[in-house]
Amino acid sequence: MFRYYFRLGIRSLRRNMVLTALMIAAIAVGIGACMTALTVFRAMSGDPIPQKSSQLYTPQIDNWSPERPPGDSPDHLNALLSYIDVTAFMQAPGAKHQAAMFATLLSVRPNDPQQKPFKANVRTTYTDFFPMFDAPFKYGRPWSATEDKNHSAVVVLTSDMNNRLFGGQNSVGKIVRLDSEPYTVTGVLDDWQVLPRFYDLQVQPFGRSDEIFMPFTRAVDKQMKVLGSIQCNGDGGTAFETLLRSECIWLQFWVELPTAADAAKYRAFLNNYAAEQQRLGRFHWPPHTQLRNVTEWLRYRHVVPNEVRILILVSFGFLLVCLMNAMGLMLAKIMGRAGDIGVRRALGASRAAIFAQCLIETGVVGLAGGILGLALTALGLMAARSLLSKNFVALAHLDWTDTTIAVLLAVGATLVAGLYPTWRAAHVQPAWQLKAQ
Amino acid sequence: MQFRPILSAMRRNKVGAILIAVQMAITLAILCNALFIIQQRVALSERPTGVDDEANVVVLDNQWVGNPPDQAARQEGDLAALRSLPGVQDAFATNSVPLTDSGSTEGISLHPDQKTASARAALYFGDEHAIASLGLKLIAGRNFNADEVTEKVGYTDLKSPAAIIITKGLADKLFPNANAVGQSIYDDFSKGQVPIIGVIDRLQVPWVSAGGWGSTFNDSSFIVPFHIVIPFPVLYVIHTQPGQAAAVIQAAPKKLFDISRARVIGKTRPMTALRTEIYKDDKGLVVILGIVCVALLAVTAFGIVGLTSYWVAQRRRQIGIRRALGATRNAIIQYFQTENLLIAGAGAAIGIALAVSLNLWMVSAFAMQRLNTGYALIGAVVVMLLGQAAVLWPALKAASIPPALATRAA
Repeated sequence: MFRYYFRLGIRSLRRNMVLTALMIAAIAVGIGACMTALTVFRAMSGDPIPQKSSQLYTPQIDNWSPERPPGDSPDHLNALLSYIDVTAFMQAPGAKHQAAMFATLLSVRPNDPQQKPFKANVRTTYTDFFPMFDAPFKYGRPWSATEDKNHSAVVVLTSDMNNRLFGGQNSVGKIVRLDSEPYTVTGVLDDWQVLPRFYDLQVQPFGRSDEIFMPFTRAVDKQMKVLGSIQCNGDGGTAFETLLRSECIWLQFWVELPTAADAAKYRAFLNNYAAEQQRLGRFHWPPHTQLRNVTEWLRYRHVVPNEVRILILVSFGFLLVCLMNAMGLMLAKIMGRAGDIGVRRALGASRAAIFAQCLIETGVVGLAGGILGLALTALGLMAARSLLSKNFVALAHLDWTDTTIAVLLAVGATLVAGLYPTWRAAHVQPAWQLKAQ
Repeated sequence: MQFRPILSAMRRNKVGAILIAVQMAITLAILCNALFIIQQRVALSERPTGVDDEANVVVLDNQWVGNPPDQAARQEGDLAALRSLPGVQDAFATNSVPLTDSGSTEGISLHPDQKTASARAALYFGDEHAIASLGLKLIAGRNFNADEVTEKVGYTDLKSPAAIIITKGLADKLFPNANAVGQSIYDDFSKGQVPIIGVIDRLQVPWVSAGGWGSTFNDSSFIVPFHIVIPFPVLYVIHTQPGQAAAVIQAAPKKLFDISRARVIGKTRPMTALRTEIYKDDKGLVVILGIVCVALLAVTAFGIVGLTSYWVAQRRRQIGIRRALGATRNAIIQYFQTENLLIAGAGAAIGIALAVSLNLWMVSAFAMQRLNTGYALIGAVVVMLLGQAAVLWPALKAASIPPALATRAA
């Protein structure tokens, strides 16, 4: 039965090619626009570390007064932390892993004297960074906690940086010269990328990522310049020693808390810490702290730009117009065949049969629109990639989920749009139609 | 033209008419909001930086390998070499320039013990060559003297500048009723008293994003007479003679590498390239929204053509009878055009309401600006004209139905 209706549907679509083409084109264009925006949105709002996104937390604490809200933060909390607080957090017990960090930019002098020196993004952090974020090692291992304590000159390279400096060979134990000082390689990462770079969203979270890692303690010793912002609340002083003693905020801090109980305990610790600071006279306001996991953090920091949301909105509005268009055309098409339907009804076809037949015909239109729409989505993504910067579309590509969404959306939406015309078809009065003939 | 017969005909064909009206309403709502966003983004990306001729201002970033102790002297040597290149008018070194999205701000106070700063402004390092190298316009006071320029070494230096030059935007904010030149300010970090010696017409802050950091003090900047010495990229800004930018972009890095190879030189490019790059997303959004608008209008137009054609086909006999009873071709055309005007009018009315509410929602969700009602009206006119144009072809077809049709059997 289904196959017969399917054949009937195709035949009826072929009878009025212009109308059919218009319908399919309308649906395809709508689906293409929608899926382009949706694919970009899905890529940007993806989970950078799905296995752990609910176990990794970053604390926030109000170390400026509540009367002076910094920037445009709606909850009077800063996205960065001061050196004072980070030092205290690093000594707190109860976390499985924890690491303070900041980014810097150093010049790398290749061992080959023919090569020019180049700049590299360096992340200064603690050894826990690697197990906490599940960073895989190709060679060697992270530096040790002792090396953190000793402010040692050691580094971990990404595999790209290892390819560039050592041609991809095992470089553990070799020397890298950063800003003219020698650093020993303790490990080389395997391919590892978190997009967006949730642990530090300041500079191009979807763009160029960290290339070299080294101990935080060493970077502080060497007074390395901060790549990212340093925000001060009047007690500034850009001298590095003053920076360490000030309420200026410039650091990130992440902690791994495997269970909800751990997180609750950590929250209590944060509040106690803030209360203690109030007692000590550092804060003259009640504790105001927050602990967010990766998912909450990305939402809080608006990682998906408003532009993408605007495009989603516009494209779904567009799809709606396209569907109403298709609905109008379907209505015209089906009512144009009222005579045929009348004859079929008079010959004994039930309402349900007419309904099924028209719905299958609609489904065929939706399917064709969906497939064409997929092609248009691919085109749309190509256009978006050439028109927009990496901050928007670097990671957007059609995967199987997108493809399925597109086809289901096309067929589903077309069927919904086709319900009314189909219902009208099923209610054609056979006697009326036959009389009119 | 009588509306009555049209309305009673429409009543028998409610769904089709409603579909077209709602389509037009949504089209209108999207269209005028998109046009509004387009206009805003274009205006945003065309804001002047204060630099007179961006095509001939070349920016190059230089970072020394290691942290050589004689950086200040090396920098002086580099700049002297750059100024001696053919085609170069002037050059200076700074921490940032407009259109780079990276720089520093400071709070500026009018009294030393002020708790909250009077204004926030972007900080640019420079010397007596800064104004000429960037091509800025000094509108009051004077430029720095060479003896006012000092070295500022990395983080460890907290000295106050000997003098500053501020933008007119900052001057108006700090001294709305007085001449800024001759007044003094206190900066956040050193807390020292600094005299204002000059006012420049405009120097945009480095950040450009709509509603982002810097958007509230876009025209508030100041230049301090410091040579910066930091273990980080320092920007060399070179003003070339007209048309010499390309040659200087070739020659400058070569010259610098001849002086010393222990450095990393990033991109060397004119400020026009910075502008293109930093506004890429705004331009991209404009193009994408433009394409969507055109596609939307096309889809709506084809929908109207399709549905009206169907109505014409359905009413062939009635049209034939009307023609036989004496209606002119024009009357038939007018019938369909009036019908469409009624539908489009209803659609436009709903559409304007929809457009305004969509905008209000975006204002609260995305911190957008309020829609100028002019856009809603322009959109309404566009959508109604579109309807008239789309209906013309089916209407002409209807008018060509021969009156003799009435005499034939159905």
